[in-house]
Amino acid sequence: MRLFACRLYLGVVLAGLVFSLPLQAQQRIIALDKLQSGLNFSGAEVQSLQADEFANPGNIALDNGNKLWAKPDGNSNKSCQSCHGELTRMKGVSIRYPAIDKASGKLFNLEDRIRNCRVKNQKAPEWAFESDELLAVSLAITSASRGLPLQANIEGAAKSHFENGQRIFMTRQGQMNLACTNCHDQHYGQKLFTDPLSQGQANGYPLYRIDWQKVASLERRLRFCYTGVKAEIPSWGHSDMRDISLYLMWRGQGLPVEAPAVRK
Amino acid sequence: MSSARLQVPPRIVQGDVFKLRLLVNHPMDSGFLRDIDGVLIQRNVIRHLLCTLNGREVFRVEPTTGVAANPLFEFYLRATESGEMLFRWVDDKAYIGELRHHLVVEPANASKPTSN
Repeated sequence: MRLFACRLYLGVVLAGLVFSLPLQAQQRIIALDKLQSGLNFSGAEVQSLQADEFANPGNIALDNGNKLWAKPDGNSNKSCQSCHGELTRMKGVSIRYPAIDKASGKLFNLEDRIRNCRVKNQKAPEWAFESDELLAVSLAITSASRGLPLQANIEGAAKSHFENGQRIFMTRQGQMNLACTNCHDQHYGQKLFTDPLSQGQANGYPLYRIDWQKVASLERRLRFCYTGVKAEIPSWGHSDMRDISLYLMWRGQGLPVEAPAVRK
Repeated sequence: MSSARLQVPPRIVQGDVFKLRLLVNHPMDSGFLRDIDGVLIQRNVIRHLLCTLNGREVFRVEPTTGVAANPLFEFYLRATESGEMLFRWVDDKAYIGELRHHLVVEPANASKPTSN
């Protein structure tokens, strides 16, 4: 009898392992060849506005970012360019963020990296989250990688962040009791009221949102999704937001960077 | 705040009707919206935008709160003479923005392709 109970127990454990394996593994819900940029779900007007090199409203912030890149600031009286060189040398940088910051061990997105570098190395006053200057420089660096495929690293120290991001993406929350996956994996291409649901890909950020009439970061867009499902929004710069970003970048692996992108 | 972008065709020949596009960097705050902290944003829109060529008015617009941020103005001119174009706009905060452009109009006879 005891042996039987033991066997049963072992069986349950084994069954548990087998059933929990698919959740643990880095399994793709949308296959790599099925990935679509949010641009595909935008209307023709938005697509033509993004393609218009002149009228694309993101260009104003991009111009500003190019200027800020070369402008000396702070007690060091150095510009970004003094250390990092021309903006073209930033090619391939944005596609590997969010990434682990070696000094603090935290997961940094590109905006965190800029803010950190500005205070630590440039010795200049901090830029607030979502400030025009921060987004302009972030957009300028991102645009240096225009067309390159997203390539986030989820191994090593980033692994636990990835798993947390995946967990949040799959977890129902808020008064609407919806998980990210319910809309963006299971129902993309269908309509939410009058809007087509996108896959929730992050390859365009930071991008110009016509709705907000300015350039917005991925974090702001995520906060807006939290509002949509009526969930409690994490504070600005919260590590959960970085973890979701990392999961999104892995999820959209291979999608080309669009900068400056435009969305509705 | 002050920046703007202007697009004109690379080559303009006398007598041509050509398109000008002006993209002005401006928030165009309608006065009805609130910021992230819930504080009402004061109305601040471009009230008056004037374009002159050699001191003569060629285009004028008076936008209101119905115009979105970073407005794009698109209009046509008939090319008559080369000269200094000046765009000047004033907003509710009495901020004055300016953009200058040297317009080059080629004589009509130079546009004929050389035959040989």
